[in-house]
This record gives sequence, structure tokens and C-alpha cells, in this order.
Amino acid sequence: MLSLDSIDLAAIGLTLKLATVTTVLLLAIGTPIAWWLARTRSRLKGPIGAVVALPLVLPPTVLGFYLLVAMGPNGFVGQLTQSLGLGTLPFTFAGLVVASVFYSMPFVVQPLQNAFEAIGERPLEVAATLRAGPWDTFFSVVLPLSKPGFVTAGILGFAHTVGEFGVVLMIGGNIPEKTRVVSVQIYDHVEAMEYAQAHWLAGGMLVFSFLVLLALYTSRLKHNWRG
Amino acid sequence: MIGEAEILVAMSECAGEERLVATEGRVGIHARFRVGYPGFALDVDLRLPGRGVTALFGHSGSGKTTCLRCVAGLESADMGVLEVNGELWQDSARGVFVPTHRRSLGYVFQEASLFPHLSVRRNLEFGMKRVAAATRRVAWDQAVDLLGIESLLDRMPERLSGGERQRVGIARALLTSPRLLLMDEPLAALDLKRKHEILPYLERLHDELEIPVLYVSHSPDEVARLADHVVLLDQGRVVAQGGLVATLARLDLPTAFTEDAGVVVESVIAEHDEHYHLSRLDFPGGNVLVARRPEAIGHRLRFRVHARDVSLAESRNENSSITNLLPAVVCEVVTADTPAHVLVRLDAGGTPLIARITRRSCDQLGIVAGRQMWAQIKAVALLG
Repeated sequence: MLSLDSIDLAAIGLTLKLATVTTVLLLAIGTPIAWWLARTRSRLKGPIGAVVALPLVLPPTVLGFYLLVAMGPNGFVGQLTQSLGLGTLPFTFAGLVVASVFYSMPFVVQPLQNAFEAIGERPLEVAATLRAGPWDTFFSVVLPLSKPGFVTAGILGFAHTVGEFGVVLMIGGNIPEKTRVVSVQIYDHVEAMEYAQAHWLAGGMLVFSFLVLLALYTSRLKHNWRG
Repeated sequence: MIGEAEILVAMSECAGEERLVATEGRVGIHARFRVGYPGFALDVDLRLPGRGVTALFGHSGSGKTTCLRCVAGLESADMGVLEVNGELWQDSARGVFVPTHRRSLGYVFQEASLFPHLSVRRNLEFGMKRVAAATRRVAWDQAVDLLGIESLLDRMPERLSGGERQRVGIARALLTSPRLLLMDEPLAALDLKRKHEILPYLERLHDELEIPVLYVSHSPDEVARLADHVVLLDQGRVVAQGGLVATLARLDLPTAFTEDAGVVVESVIAEHDEHYHLSRLDFPGGNVLVARRPEAIGHRLRFRVHARDVSLAESRNENSSITNLLPAVVCEVVTADTPAHVLVRLDAGGTPLIARITRRSCDQLGIVAGRQMWAQIKAVALLG
């Protein structure tokens, strides 16, 4: 029986690390964006919402291409990171994280935005009449009431980052233990006609994805049941 | 005749003036708001007493809820000045706007709006623990007892009935020890049975706590039962404001307010007649007999006399099944909501009465201001 070699295991480890870091960052960045989108009456709501949703429809190569250009030595992000003494981001783990944050953004922002919108105005008004300031209200009322939204956002953000391929290839290339994630590793195995190893990884991804979605849908069902 | 009418007008103004004196100085609420939305404008200038229950009364769309939300700071009026018992909460000219969470108010919403993720106890604590201990004037036990919610403390809001939820909502607002309690139709979402379940608690609130209440309602019975002071709103404007009894007896209001005309009388139970199973209620200028009341002698009771339940006679007619007869002087006669009827305002020895009679009867009996008549009261609606 063929099992996973050390390069495969490194790819799995790297994938989980990338997805974890990306999810944590996305929950931190996505929450204020989703809050703003849920509450604003600004005319910018449409355009900003559309930009956040772009990765849903863009080919990953397009997103990856622009990020590569921007983060490259001559891009504006690249200039900035170089002037800060950080070098350039492409072909590094940090570059993958930045790209993943953009790529998985809608999967985190949209569930959060839906959760915030579902809460409505009333609980916030009630909290204000009970002396809770805006921050206090957010942590004591909004967060607990939108917990299912956060769970959904976290799971989707994580799973979607695990499943990315095109953006990683454009930004990170294929450097073992640095930027080679599972999806890329599978691609390499197939290219090298190593179907057995590809099967192990692909099957693992399939089971993982199914379990994640199963958890998501059963938790939603339970939530609906409680009313 | 004209002279007498003038005297009566002067009398009712006197009653109003008495109220104004009480609201002058730093005690009281001065609210001036101007809000404009497409198709709706609110423009009010209210001077309200700093104690007791003030009802904001009007039909839906009259702006009463908007007005209450402006007082709470949930709505920011384009132009607004709000001073509550000496504290300035808003003055748009000077750029003052105290946010809602820094205003010492309690707000009871139409739907109780309890936090679904917190137990009743945690809901009650939510506001209380955000108020400095030194400024808490309403004790936990006091609020819990007043609203009878001891047995509900460990339940989740989803397991409460509508009436129970509303009681918890009221207790939650009280526990912030507000300087002003705002209630937005707290009974409107409840059925009649639940309403009767809550009304006694609201009355106790009124009797036992010194917190001024602004109470929004479109129900004349609720207003008659709970309020001391009323503000009548119509299409975003104040039509009348003043003491409850005097304001409800006015006939110079839009028909929206006179189609269900009537007066409220404050009485005291004076005697129980065990033989006929009746109780005598005394009030300035007379008394009425009603079916035996359970309350003790000396108990204060409000009742409402609908204009349609009052008929007028030239002489005391003893040969009638109507037991409640009061001598009264006609103050004014105005056209009612239909051309066939008139409304007659009378003064029964200090207690105002309104009678709704046909124009034909009015002409045949020669009812004009200043004339002494007998008012026959067919029914009284006891509030309590």
C-alpha cells in the first residue's frame, strides 16, 4: 500500500497552515467590511459589495495575475514592501496569505453580512436604550446573535482556501515546503503520472470537503430547528 | 349667555394654567422637534410635566412613535431641542446631541424585543449592570415584584408568552433607574386578555414609582385609564395638550378625536349597597350607581362616559329606568361627526360631560349654552 511521502505531508501541513492563517485574518478583516456593508446607506455599498464578490466570478488566474503584478518588484505593493525592507511577496508564504485573503473574501464577508442584516435594527436600539455603547453592543449583542454566521464564514473561508489552486500557482509557484499546497501537489503527481499518490491526496480532499459541508449543513439544520 | 360661555372658557383655561405652573422651572420635559420625511412631517413643541403618565395619543401615522423615538435619540430630528428635568439631551442649534446610550431613559418597545440569546435574568441584568451602582434607584426585588416575574427569571425569552415578555421588557427598562420611561404602545401587540393581564402592573408602576412616563397609544381606553396628561397628535402636529380630564372634554378638536367622544371622571367609591348589589361612586358635582365593585370604600376609580351614552332631559325624569341623573349646565354645542348629530358639552358641578344627541332633539329642547338640563347617563365604562 502506498502512503503519503514527506513532500505530500509537507504540502498538507502547509495547506492547513495557510487556511488557518487566512481564515483568522479574514474573520478580522471581513467582520468590519461585512458590518459596514450590512449597515451603510452609502452609495458606495453597491460598488464595494461588487468588488468583494469579484473572486466569485473571476478566473483565479486573473486575480492571481493582478496580484502578482501589484506585489512584484515594480508594483505599488511591491514598492511598499521593499521600502519597508520586507522584500517582495510573490513566491513566499506571506504572498500566498495575501492572495488567499482576497480570493476567499466573499466566502467570509457574505455569510457575515447576511447574519448582521438578519439581526436588524431593533436589538441595537434596545441595547442603546439599556446604556450599551456601540462597541459594547457589538460584543454583547451582535456577536452572540450572529454566531451561526461566524461559524459558516469560518468554515467556508477555511474550506475555500484549502481548495484554491489557480491563484496559488500564479503567486506562489510550486516551491516545496514554502508554497506547494495540496492542490498543486496533486497536479504535480498527475503530471508525473503518479496516479496512486494523486488518488490519496485527491481522495483526502474529497472526504475533507464533504465532511466540512456535512458539518455546515447539519449545524444549520439544528439552528433552524431551534427557530 | 355669551358671558357665561366666556366664563367657562376662562375656567378651563385656569385648569390648564395650573398644569403649566407645575411644569415651569427645571422640572419637566421640554421637547421641540421638527422632522421631515417624504410625505410626512413632524413639528411639535411639547411642555410636559416631569411626573406622572403623559399619553401621546393619536391615530397611526400621527407621528407619536416618531416623536417618542426623537426623545430617545433613536431618530435624530433635523431641528430639535430636548430638555428632561434640567438635563439637556439635544439642542441642534448648539450642536448638542447626547447619544441614546448616554440618556437616562428606559424604552419599552411595542414588541418586548428581549435579547433571544439571554435568559430573563440576564436580560434584566443587561441594563442594570451598565448603570453605576450609586445611581440605581430601582431595586432588583422591587422591579421583579412589581411586574410579577420572579418565577420566569431562569427561562429563555422564547419560552414566554407575549404578556410575560412585555412584563420582562418593562422590568428591564425600569432596572436602569431611568429619569424618564418611554413606552411605545406596549400593549398593542397583545390580545385583550393579555392587555388586562398587564394593565394592573402599569397602574402599579404609576402609583409606586416616581418616574415620569411618556406613553404612546392609540387606544382611548388605555389613555383614559393610565394617563394624567395627554398630548393629542394629528398628522405630525399637536392638536391639544393638557390634563387628561380637561383635554378629553374639549370639542374643538378634529373629528378624528371627537367621533369617539367621551369624558373621563375620577371618582371615589363612597358606598356599597348590598341589597341591590350596587356601588356609589362620588365625584365633584354628583355621583353614579354602578354594579357592585370588589374594591373597598375610599378606593379611587376612573370611569369613562361615552358621549353616545348620555342623553339630555329638561326635567328630572323619575319615571325612567335610568338611575344616573345629573344636573348640568350646557357649555357649548358643536356639530358632531355626522350632520344628524351634535355634541353638547356640559358642566355637572365641576365634572365635564359630553352628550351626543340628534340635531332634531337639540332644536326641539332648545339646548343652548347656559341652559340647565338633566343629563341621563345610560352606561359608564369603568377603567380598572
